[in-house]
Amino acid sequence: MKLWATLCLIVCAGAAVAQDMRVAVTTSFHNSGLSDVLLPAIAEQTGINVQLLVVGTGQALRLGEAGDVDALLVHSKAAEEAFVAAGFARYRREIMYNDFVLIGPANDPAGIHGSPTAAAAFLRISQAKAPFVSRGDESGTHKKELGLWGAADLETEAFGSWYRPVGAGMGAALNTASGMGAYVLADRASWLNFGNKADLDLLFAGDPALFNQYAYLPVNPQRHPHVQHDAAQRLETWLVSASAQKLIDGYAIEGERLFTFNAR
Amino acid sequence: MNEIAQGVEAAFWLLVTFDRDLAEIALRSLQVTVTAVLIASLIGLPFGAWLAVRRFRYRRLAIAVLNALMGLPPVVVGLIVYLLLSRSGPFGVLGLLFTPTAMIIAQVIIVAPLIASIAHQSTRELWAEYHDLLISLNASRWQRIKTLLWDGRRALITAALAGFGRGIGEVGAIMIVGGNIDHATRVLTTAIALETGKGDFALALGLGFVLIGLALAVNIATHMLSRTEREGKW
Repeated sequence: MKLWATLCLIVCAGAAVAQDMRVAVTTSFHNSGLSDVLLPAIAEQTGINVQLLVVGTGQALRLGEAGDVDALLVHSKAAEEAFVAAGFARYRREIMYNDFVLIGPANDPAGIHGSPTAAAAFLRISQAKAPFVSRGDESGTHKKELGLWGAADLETEAFGSWYRPVGAGMGAALNTASGMGAYVLADRASWLNFGNKADLDLLFAGDPALFNQYAYLPVNPQRHPHVQHDAAQRLETWLVSASAQKLIDGYAIEGERLFTFNAR
Repeated sequence: MNEIAQGVEAAFWLLVTFDRDLAEIALRSLQVTVTAVLIASLIGLPFGAWLAVRRFRYRRLAIAVLNALMGLPPVVVGLIVYLLLSRSGPFGVLGLLFTPTAMIIAQVIIVAPLIASIAHQSTRELWAEYHDLLISLNASRWQRIKTLLWDGRRALITAALAGFGRGIGEVGAIMIVGGNIDHATRVLTTAIALETGKGDFALALGLGFVLIGLALAVNIATHMLSRTEREGKW
């Protein structure tokens, strides 16, 4: 009897130490490599073993709606606010931001280098009818791209065959653009970490319209009683802590700082 | 061409240094697919033999449907299994989504029709041979099925290996129901898809060669253990 009690205690304590929790994150967050830095630190400092489901923001929100994940880390403000308004999460908490960049063939056939704004660069691409690869997967990056076409007063539906939605993740879209010599909107982190650049180059960046805010949304436990809300809250506390700030602000590829911590 | 050479090199170093993550995902690939093939064989082999010996009204239709199911698109199977196992689906309370069990369930559905169909083809030919003998011995239906399965075991191993081949290289379904979670549901094929997405073609290709090697090893081991292709032995 005593032995069983001891055994149970060990097993239960073990379970408490390494608590598994599922978080849906965007491909751009994972491809940046930041997760490889954050996850071991989270496991060490909070005892939470974060299992990442790497999907587009659209699918991440669906996973949260169905209650298949405990929390989300995504980057599409309008969709997140709709998610909160529908009661699937009680709030969204901004954690950090990075920025989007316009990638294209190094010889820049549409001449977007030196455009005054991102919308102007998009307008030049459409005027030159230069090949453009769109994510086309309802991801945060895709929604940002559609917003920029809108800012340039253009309708993507009216575009000809030069506009190519691939319906795939960031890496796959970059691979396609690299193969076709096309323009593509990517987040800076994925671009720097991308291994198949071929003759692609970073052509435009820096417009505030290209800032990319990541937010953390724990799934509402009233909606889905089975979610690990306690772990989700402990993770949130860690994500806004000073140790998270140090790791996020300190993460760099080729000397370039990728993310800026801005949690309040 | 250069990238293929880099892939071979990456595979070589992965194997030589015995990368621990690689061993983990390779073992998980094996665990998922071998379990799925065993379960699918338990269902598919008797079902195929049963279809060969049993005459009933819609037999032709059943065989046609079975053959068509061999081409079941894994992505669709994955999506349906996902919707069934999702927390908001009918089996959500089991909490099986994004676990190796969910991946096994999906692969059983993909692989079982293939195994059943090949088993049916081979036992049907054997049944033509054995028909008069088994009828004259007044064997029961179950005895007939058992006899056909045992005497046709060589062809049935091929059926199971074909199922293994379909399962081990499959990525569409297990990506959806497994979620490709590191240290939980990542297998070789989903890892290859991930590395391709990152543009790391050399590592992706290296993993691909490991996958091919694994499939080859399983096939050779099965043939050695079952002593096929040897004279005088079945």
